[in-house]
Amino acid sequence: MEREAIIDGKDYTNWRELKNKLFFGTVVVLSCITISPILLIVYKLLAKGLKQINFDFFFKVAPDTLQAMTAVQNGEVIPGGIANGITGTLLLVTVASLIAIPVSILIGIFLYENQGKKYANLVRSLTDILQGVPSVVLGLIAYIWIVKGITHGFSALAGSVALAIMMLPLIIRSTEETMKMIPISIKEAGAALGVPYHKIILKVMIPSGFSGLMTGILLSISRVLGETAPLMLTTLGSTTINLNIMKPTSAVPLQIWEFYNNPNMIDLVWSSSLFLMAFVLTLNIIAKRISLRYS
Amino acid sequence: MNDKILQIAHPVLSINKLSIAYGKDKYAVKDVTADVKRNSITAIMGPSGCGKSTLLRAINRMHELYPNIHTEGEIKLNGESIYGMSTTKLRRKIGMVFQRPNPFPTMSIYENVIAGYDLNGSKLKKSQKDEIVESSLHDVGLFEEVKDSLNKKGNFLSGGQQQRLCVARALAFKPEVILMDEPTSALDPLSTAKIEDLLVELKEHYTIILVTHNMSQAARISDNAMFMYLGELVEYDKTKTMFTNPKDSRTEGYLTGKFG
Amino acid sequence: MIKGAFPAFQKFGFFGFIFSTEWNPTEGREAYGAMPFIAGTVITSLLALVICFPLAFSTSLFIAEYYRKTKIANILSTLVDLLAGVPSIVYGLWGFYTLRPLIAQLGYPGQGYGIFTSGLILAIMIIPYATSISNEIISMVPNELKEAAYSLGATRMEVIFSVILPNARSGLVAGYILALGRALGETMAVTMLIGNANIIPTGLFSPGNSMASVIANQFGEADGLKLSSLIAIGLLLFAVTAIINAIGKIIIRKFA
Repeated sequence: MEREAIIDGKDYTNWRELKNKLFFGTVVVLSCITISPILLIVYKLLAKGLKQINFDFFFKVAPDTLQAMTAVQNGEVIPGGIANGITGTLLLVTVASLIAIPVSILIGIFLYENQGKKYANLVRSLTDILQGVPSVVLGLIAYIWIVKGITHGFSALAGSVALAIMMLPLIIRSTEETMKMIPISIKEAGAALGVPYHKIILKVMIPSGFSGLMTGILLSISRVLGETAPLMLTTLGSTTINLNIMKPTSAVPLQIWEFYNNPNMIDLVWSSSLFLMAFVLTLNIIAKRISLRYS
Repeated sequence: MNDKILQIAHPVLSINKLSIAYGKDKYAVKDVTADVKRNSITAIMGPSGCGKSTLLRAINRMHELYPNIHTEGEIKLNGESIYGMSTTKLRRKIGMVFQRPNPFPTMSIYENVIAGYDLNGSKLKKSQKDEIVESSLHDVGLFEEVKDSLNKKGNFLSGGQQQRLCVARALAFKPEVILMDEPTSALDPLSTAKIEDLLVELKEHYTIILVTHNMSQAARISDNAMFMYLGELVEYDKTKTMFTNPKDSRTEGYLTGKFG
Repeated sequence: MIKGAFPAFQKFGFFGFIFSTEWNPTEGREAYGAMPFIAGTVITSLLALVICFPLAFSTSLFIAEYYRKTKIANILSTLVDLLAGVPSIVYGLWGFYTLRPLIAQLGYPGQGYGIFTSGLILAIMIIPYATSISNEIISMVPNELKEAAYSLGATRMEVIFSVILPNARSGLVAGYILALGRALGETMAVTMLIGNANIIPTGLFSPGNSMASVIANQFGEADGLKLSSLIAIGLLLFAVTAIINAIGKIIIRKFA
């Protein structure tokens, strides 16, 4: 038997190795390009945003146009801050969490308990669909239900509802997954001690899964912090600090949008964005730490 | 012509002071030196973790796929260092069959056999390809069983048939040496017997190196055997001699079942 | 539950009306049609997908194949995840202040607004989604198949194209479909970069509007007929994203 490794007589090996190296090089280059935006964005935010951040930033409300214009013309730091935005965001997120967390944890547990059943699968599919709905559309829905239906006017409640709907799928998912990861033996130990079922859930399973649940909650909060569009349709914004959920209120992303549209306030745009991103990032890091530490 | 001369002058595979370490100093193979005889079946035996698969995989430089593995020493194929040639060329001269049959699931039987050529970008005519597929399948005794389903994907084949398909795939290149890493340990006894018969037939034209944890298999079909223990090549001799008259006490201990 | 929106929309006695004007672009005050925005959404999202694909695919290969399980892959992976954490409005700002002048400087018409810029920023936004799914799918290809190919003498690139890709194909497709779904609904960044023109875009650099951005841009003083048209567009957007996401999820479930 003859050794006929390459029958057609030509040996492409060198060409192939070259192609291999070229491909690898392309992959590396493209990967670098991929991460460049994040680096550029962070750089820009830091470069332009830091100078506006001071004590007032957190505690004063946004300046009006005249004040801003004067400051810019004089080359000074614009006075005022985003206190109305910060309080607004806090209000919205708190109410949204109050609405979303209990409901989604319950649904998550429901899904966990009924793994293969038809109606459970239906609920899960609906949750998946909900996750894919663009935030604008949720804002529209909140508009129709709340702004038109309940408060007859823009309000923080409507904004909270929109945000709550956004948080639902994330928390439901992570609750179900967390519950699934708790070893069955813990559940059985509780049952063997004669503990009634609902107590097993409340006192045994939720505490065991606490870190997982916490991670899901934190991640969903960080997700909604930066949402602008649904708030534009529901809470409109305000120039003062407002804690009445039936009235419109401001939020950090909304303020950024207002600053963007006003040529005099441009500088504030960067500092508020920096603040927003730092907040979101911090939440993310905390969430990841929790999930790592307790898993 | 060059090939013929090299073949006569050198042993087909020559291993010299080969050592392989995971990380800085976890040596899995220590200082192995051996020459493999052409057209024979050489078995590498030893208890779990003795380094036999590690040794085998060094021969076609599979370790280079993974970081952290350091190799020292020399291996020569027909007198030529395997580190001097490109891995693509090397792996066409040395084929491998793995422990669990791994035909490519997205390819048909035909495509699997010819996969070596296709992957290497060879442009062969259909008639040439047909010939290679047919003869390889014949060589492993699979042709009759699959000749009508060449274009189907191989998942309906039994474990033994899939493994023979993998052997056919390795044979398509007509390699000098075929490395087999416990090829029958995942198969039932009937398929195992078929493959063992196949190997005995194949050794007429190929050199086969067979890692096995099954002593009786080594005794049944191999001509020469290496016994490895804790990374060292303890003994290397004709199989008959080693089994009837082991020279090292460790070899004897293993063969008589004192440890395993 | 979500279908609570539908009655409000149908109340405007308008359902059939919207469908029939679907093919007419908006003319003046009284006639509204969804076509320009559908076109805007589809074009920008597809463009985003096209730009995103080579970048996301390379990054996935880097993380899941070439440098799998190494530190640098971890760093890269974290950086890509960070991309997903940037709020949409910040992307819009960055796009407005950085990308737009860049494109305007390159000499393209329209001061840098338009389909291309929005498509580009969308691409950057969906890369993390596509990458994370592809990473998982690629690393799920069994090692033994790869080894079999290597043992036959294939180069790395050949193993990628002949073993990894065919085995990962459906998963990858699903991943990109889901990324597309995300792009379809993206609002703020597109709003700030697309130029707010209620026409079907005529060229790569012409302005336009997407379904999401027209809602954001024009919701402020909308009422009556205009309002309900915007709501109708929201409905369409919902339907489209729901369908695309469902397709993606079904493929993934079948595959895994």
